[in-house]
Amino acid sequence: MPQLKVNGRRVDYAGDPDMPLLWFLREEQGLTGVKFGCGAALCGACTVHVDGAAVRSCVTPMASVEGASVTTIEGLSDGETLHPVQEAWLEEDVAQCGYCQAGQIMAVAAFLEKTPDPTDADIDDGLTNICRCGTYHRLRKGVHRAAALRAGRAS
Amino acid sequence: MNAPIISSRRDILRYAGAAGALIIAAPLASCARRAKLEQDAPPPALEWFEGEIGPFVVINADETIVIGSPNPEMGQGVDTSLPMLVAEELEVDFDKVRMVQMPLGLKTGDDGEITWKHVPQGSGGSTSIPENWEALRRAGALARTLLVAAAAERFGVPVAELTAANGVVTHEGTGRSASYGALAQEAAAIAPPAEAPALKPRSRFRIIGKPQKMKNARAIVTGRAVYGIDATLPGMLHAVMERCPYFDGTAISVDDSAARAVDGVVDVVKVRRPPLDGPYDVQAEGYAVVATSLWAAMKGRRALRIEWDHGPYADESSESFKRHCADLLSGAGRIARHDGDFDAAFAGAAETYEATYWEPYVSHAPLEPQNALADVRADAVTIIAPTQTPSSCNRMVAAALGRERLDVKVLPTRLGGGFGRRLSNDYAVEAALISQAVAKPVKLLWTREDDLQHDFYRPAGMHELKAAFNDAGELTGWTHRLASASKYYRREGLPEDEYWTSEFWDDDFPANMTPNYRLEYFSARSGAPRGSWRAPAHTANAFVVQSFLNEIAHRRGEDPLALRLRLLGEPREIPYKNHGGPVFNPGRLAACLKLAAEKGAYGEKTPPGRGRGIAGHFTFGGYCAQVVDVEVDGDGRLKTTRVVAAVDIGSVVNPNGVIAQLESGVNDGLSTALRLAIEIEGGRVTTSNFDTYPLMKIADAPPVIETHIIDNGDAPSGMGEMGIPPLAPALAHAIFEATGKRIRTLPIADQLRA
Repeated sequence: MPQLKVNGRRVDYAGDPDMPLLWFLREEQGLTGVKFGCGAALCGACTVHVDGAAVRSCVTPMASVEGASVTTIEGLSDGETLHPVQEAWLEEDVAQCGYCQAGQIMAVAAFLEKTPDPTDADIDDGLTNICRCGTYHRLRKGVHRAAALRAGRAS
Repeated sequence: MNAPIISSRRDILRYAGAAGALIIAAPLASCARRAKLEQDAPPPALEWFEGEIGPFVVINADETIVIGSPNPEMGQGVDTSLPMLVAEELEVDFDKVRMVQMPLGLKTGDDGEITWKHVPQGSGGSTSIPENWEALRRAGALARTLLVAAAAERFGVPVAELTAANGVVTHEGTGRSASYGALAQEAAAIAPPAEAPALKPRSRFRIIGKPQKMKNARAIVTGRAVYGIDATLPGMLHAVMERCPYFDGTAISVDDSAARAVDGVVDVVKVRRPPLDGPYDVQAEGYAVVATSLWAAMKGRRALRIEWDHGPYADESSESFKRHCADLLSGAGRIARHDGDFDAAFAGAAETYEATYWEPYVSHAPLEPQNALADVRADAVTIIAPTQTPSSCNRMVAAALGRERLDVKVLPTRLGGGFGRRLSNDYAVEAALISQAVAKPVKLLWTREDDLQHDFYRPAGMHELKAAFNDAGELTGWTHRLASASKYYRREGLPEDEYWTSEFWDDDFPANMTPNYRLEYFSARSGAPRGSWRAPAHTANAFVVQSFLNEIAHRRGEDPLALRLRLLGEPREIPYKNHGGPVFNPGRLAACLKLAAEKGAYGEKTPPGRGRGIAGHFTFGGYCAQVVDVEVDGDGRLKTTRVVAAVDIGSVVNPNGVIAQLESGVNDGLSTALRLAIEIEGGRVTTSNFDTYPLMKIADAPPVIETHIIDNGDAPSGMGEMGIPPLAPALAHAIFEATGKRIRTLPIADQLRA
C-alpha cells in the first residue's frame, strides 16, 4: 500500500491517486489547518511542505507524494515551542480573519530556509499567497521579525 | 437584520446559576455547563452551547474566566473588542480571559414576536461596537456586583466596604479577600439588583482604550482555529453543487446517471431556483451531489450533464450593461433629492465642471469559500455556518423548511472573511434543503468558481457629476446622476421608485453644503445579483465625489485640500438621516483631513514620477482621511509607497484593532481599485478564479501604512468599513499628480500603460 509521512507519522493511502493532497490532509487526516481557497494554486491557503518545499496542496495529486514527507501547520511547531514564523505572527499580531495565515506561515517558513535575511524586494518576489483581509503590512513586518528570531535561535 | 432589538434591559441582564459557575444572561441556565478551556486551547467554536453556557460571563471554580462574544468574528476583531467591554466592568485581568463565540440566541418576546434573547448578534454595517458599547459593559458590571454581594454575605460586611479588582473581592478593613472563582457559586444564587449598576467613567477605564492583540491568534497560527469549512457532525455527508450559471436561468435537461454511478455518491438533489419576484433565499437553481466523501461529491459533480436555459438576461454583457447605463443617463431619472434649483444654478454659474465615472461589479471573495453544515431533523434543525447574520440565517432556513424559528439553532463559526457576502445566507439555505432531502447532516462546500460566479456583487454603475461655482468661488450647485443596478431589488414592498435608497445616501457630503443640490437615479436592468460589499455605496460614491473635487480643484487652480476644508466649514452638527447618523459633523472630517495632511506631508512637492493625493469620507458614523503616495515608472508600473490615515470613530475600544482595520481597509480599497472587476458575457459571470479576479498580493501592498487616531471621547462608531472609501480617490489623485492621467474608470488595470 502506498505510504507517505505526515508530520512525522507514517500513513497509508490506497485511494484515488488523482485526489489532491489537500483533501487527504483535511478530510482523511483531520488536519484542517490546511485551508481550501481556490483549488487552482492561485491563493496559497493550502500551502504545506513536501520534503521541505512549499507546495500548494490543492493541485498536488496523491500519486505525486508517494514516499514523501509532508508537514502541515499542525506539525510546524516543535511541541509547544512555536516556529519562529508562528512566534513572529503573534508578536506582530498579523492575523485578522486568519483563514490564509496557516498557508502564509508555511510559505514564509520555507521562504526563510532559502532566504534567511530577506529584503523587501525578496519578499515581494518570493511571497505570493493572497490575504483577502489585507494583512500585508503586518505580514511583511512578521517576515522580518521571523528572520530575526530565526537568526537568534540559530546563534 | 430582521430581529428587533432587545425589549428591555432586564432581558439582557437576567441571571441564573449552575454548580460552580456564575452565568449572566442565561434564561436556560439550569442546563448550563462550564466551558472546559485550557490555556492555549483553540476556542471551542464547535462545542454546541445552545444556551447552556451563559452568554457573556462564565466564572469557573478553577478561576478560569470565559466571556462570550455575541457577534460573529470575521477578522474585524470583535472577539477581542467585545469581551474587553465586559472585562472592563467585571474587573478582571484581560490576559486571563478566554473568549467563546456564542450561538444565536432568540426567544419569543412579550408581544409574541421572535426577538433577541440577549443582544443583537449580527456583524455588518460596523455596528458591533456601537450596539454593544453599553450593554456589554452593563453585563460586566452586573456580574461584578453579584460577586461583590456574595463576598459581602460571606464576610458579613456591607457591600460598600468591598472592592473588586483583578478577579478578587477584598475587604480592606479586615484584610479578607475571596477570588471570583471561590465566590461564583454563591454569587449565582443572589438575585440581581433592581437598579442596574452604574458604569465606570471613562477616566477609570483600564482595559478599554488600551491596545490588545487578537485573542485567538495562537489558535490561528497553529492551525487550530475552527471555521465553518472545518465543522463536522457525526454521520455527516458532503455536498457540492452545480448551479445555473445564467442569471435566473433553469435546467432544460439533467442527466445525473453518471454522477450517481460515482463510488461514494449517495444522491443528487435538486435545489429549486429562488422566487424571481421576491427576496432571494437561494441564489440559483442547482443540483447538489451528495456523497460520503468530499472528493466523491466533487467527482460526481463533474459527471453531471446539465443543459441550461440561458435565462432572461442571455444578452447581457459587461459592455452591454455599460452602454445601457450610458443610455439611461441621456434621459431623465428619479429625483432622489433636490434642494434649490440646480439647473438654474448651473445655467447662471461663473464656472461649471462635469465628469463621468464608471465602477464595475466587484465580488466579496472571502478566502474561505461559502459553506454550511446543516442537520435537518424532525424535531430540530441545526445550522453551523460562517454567517455574519445568524438571525437572518435562522429566519431564512426556517422559512425554506417550513419550520418554527425557535426550532432552528444556528452556531456561527469563525468566518474566513465576510466583507458583506455573509450577510446573505443562501448557502445555509441550500445546505438545509439538501439535508432535508437526504435526511442526514450535510456539509455543503462551494468552490472558488462557485463563489465568484454566484456572489451578490457590489453594484456597477455610471456616475455623471456636475458642479457650478459663482464669481466668488462658492459652490452654488452640485448634481450627481447615477445609473446602476441597485442592490435594493426583489425586496418585499419596495417599488423600483425607491431603488435609489441603497445607492445614494442623500445626506452624504456635499449635501447641505450647497444651496442647489440634486441627486438623480436611473434604475438599470441587470441579471447580476447584487448585495452589500464592505461600506456599500460609500466605496462607489466616495470615489466619484472625492475624485470630482480633486478635478475641480485642479482646474480652478485651487489646492484640493483647501477646497475641501472651505466646503466643509466650521465644526457643527448637520442632520444625517442615513446609517451612521443622526448627525454628521464636517469639522471632524476636516480635522481628519488636516491631520492626515500634516502627518503625510501633503502639499510638499514630489519629484517627477511620484505623486501624493488626498481624500476623506464619513462612513457609518466614522470619519477617515488618507494621504496616498505613489510612484509610476516610465512603463506605467504603479507602486503605492505609503498611506497615512487619520481616523475619528469617537471612543476607541481597542486601538490595535482600529489600526488593523484601517490597514485592512487600505489594502482592500487598493486591491479593488487596481485590478478587480467581475466580467459578464452571455448572461453569466465569466470571471472564475483568482487568475481573472486577481486579488492583490504583498508586492503591491504599501510598505508603509500609518494610522493616526483622534479619540475624542464621543460615543463610538465601528471601524470595519471606514478605512476603504478614501483610498481609491486619494490613490487616483496621487496618480494624477504623478502622471497627469485622470482615473475615471475602475479598476485602474492597464490604464497607466503606454
